[in-house]
Amino acid sequence: MTASGDTLAKLPPAELINLTPDVFTKPFWDAAVEHRLVIPRCTSCGTFRLPPCAFCWSCQAQDVEWIEHDGSGAVYSFTVIHHPLLPELADSVPYVPAVVELPDTNGCRLVGAVTEVKLGDVRVGMDVDLVWRDVREGETVPTFRPSGT
Amino acid sequence: MTLRDKAAIVGVGSTPYYKRGRSLPQTPFEMAGKAMLAALDDAGLAVGDVDGLALYSFGLGGDTSLFAQVMGIPEVRFTAMLTGGGGGAAGSVGLGAAAIASGMATCVVSLMSLQQAASRFGASYAPKGKPGAQYSAPPSPEGNFIQPAGLMGPGQMFAVLAQRHMHLYGTKREHFAEVAISTRENARRRQTSIMRDELTLDGYFDARMVAEPLCLFDFCLECDGAVAVVTTTAERAKDLRHPPAFVRASANGGNGRWGQAITWMGMPDEEFASSGHRPVAKRLWDMAGTGPGDVDVALLYDHFSPMVILQLEDYGFCGIGEGGEFVADGNIRWPSGSLPVNTHGGNLSEAYIIGMTHVKEGVEQVRGTAVNQVEGAKVALVTGGPASIPVSSLLLSSEPA
Repeated sequence: MTASGDTLAKLPPAELINLTPDVFTKPFWDAAVEHRLVIPRCTSCGTFRLPPCAFCWSCQAQDVEWIEHDGSGAVYSFTVIHHPLLPELADSVPYVPAVVELPDTNGCRLVGAVTEVKLGDVRVGMDVDLVWRDVREGETVPTFRPSGT
Repeated sequence: MTLRDKAAIVGVGSTPYYKRGRSLPQTPFEMAGKAMLAALDDAGLAVGDVDGLALYSFGLGGDTSLFAQVMGIPEVRFTAMLTGGGGGAAGSVGLGAAAIASGMATCVVSLMSLQQAASRFGASYAPKGKPGAQYSAPPSPEGNFIQPAGLMGPGQMFAVLAQRHMHLYGTKREHFAEVAISTRENARRRQTSIMRDELTLDGYFDARMVAEPLCLFDFCLECDGAVAVVTTTAERAKDLRHPPAFVRASANGGNGRWGQAITWMGMPDEEFASSGHRPVAKRLWDMAGTGPGDVDVALLYDHFSPMVILQLEDYGFCGIGEGGEFVADGNIRWPSGSLPVNTHGGNLSEAYIIGMTHVKEGVEQVRGTAVNQVEGAKVALVTGGPASIPVSSLLLSSEPA
């Protein structure tokens, strides 16, 4: 049975979230626990990159500075998950994974579930704000909600 | 120098196609062997002729060393595998043709053996695959930026690309339905097809939504089975059992920033709502010395119906953003359309063996022996992927350029 447009989006269960940071992504996730979004910017050419990784794709330099961002952006695209892929997801559908483009980051995108929204209201281009989701001690992940809610 | 027309596919073979898990108690390795023997038999060749293996996505269900030992291949002179996953399907034959053109091998087998009993491709990126599951990717630092949003399967991820395409170009679910329905019509005429019931437009829209905008019938099947093809020198091909399917051209790869594609979602804006095939298509046409106008039938990797539309655009059969209208106009229907697509029923309705059924159908079309034969077909396009790098393609022809 497909949910109607008035149905509120849920979230995938915290138990299925499993962060495995490496040396390059750890500063991102450490800041997330403090509910701060930081994005690495190449100190050589100024290019932002997400996910954080070893080299700048634009100039191949390695050093970065971590720039704070408020996490507000616009939905670049999304899907609405109606079918639970695993039995553990049965009570978590429907949920709405979205790709969100962050302004002033040369097009970096952050992926997170959109919450506090009716399914029928989700649109490409919709403005959203970042909402940090504490899934367990020491692990926090990004989600989004419509701006101004 | 290119590999153009230096090699030809001379044999194709397969096991039966099974719904997921129903190939047991056979092993994937056993099915690989059966498919190779069937392809050699089709060619009029024997194991003693084989000296190369050109693979993709771990298609043997085991390592080349054990396969050669168990099957009794007298001497392995070439063994290689394209990196990546299903995107390498068509390109694995190009890899074999490259080995033949360079003189490293003379008779190369490409094959895919798939068994989804222990695990499901559909949950490839789920966080906790069953122990021993063959296809569940373990959590990775990069995956951490996707999976907490609940994106755990390829269909969910490609839905995000399809949604963007709809936003940019007005592509509709009716267009996806036309891909699913036309493919089903082709499958219905074939004994080998798993899905032979009629699919109507109402039936399509009544199906359960899986990952918007994709419903059940936008998803490929979950199957077991194996398909193999044998490629040899153009010269030798002329004396074998069937008319050769010459490898006119093959290409694989993709733009670097296409990268992992659906598992990072950071592709450049101008390429996001695409199949990732554009640079590969350009190299394919350049090598072939031809273009989309010369193609008689297209076997386009169809794990998810919208991706057929995006490939039609990226290979130049229509303009970017015009794929929906192109299929709505009946162009991909067999036998009436200007470009029949997936005449074998594709991954959507015949069987999902990660794209190798498309290669087999391409060969049968240029031989003139396909069940849903495109009249007078001389040139067939076969693709692998949309996927992470590499995606690939293969242009087969009934005669050298």
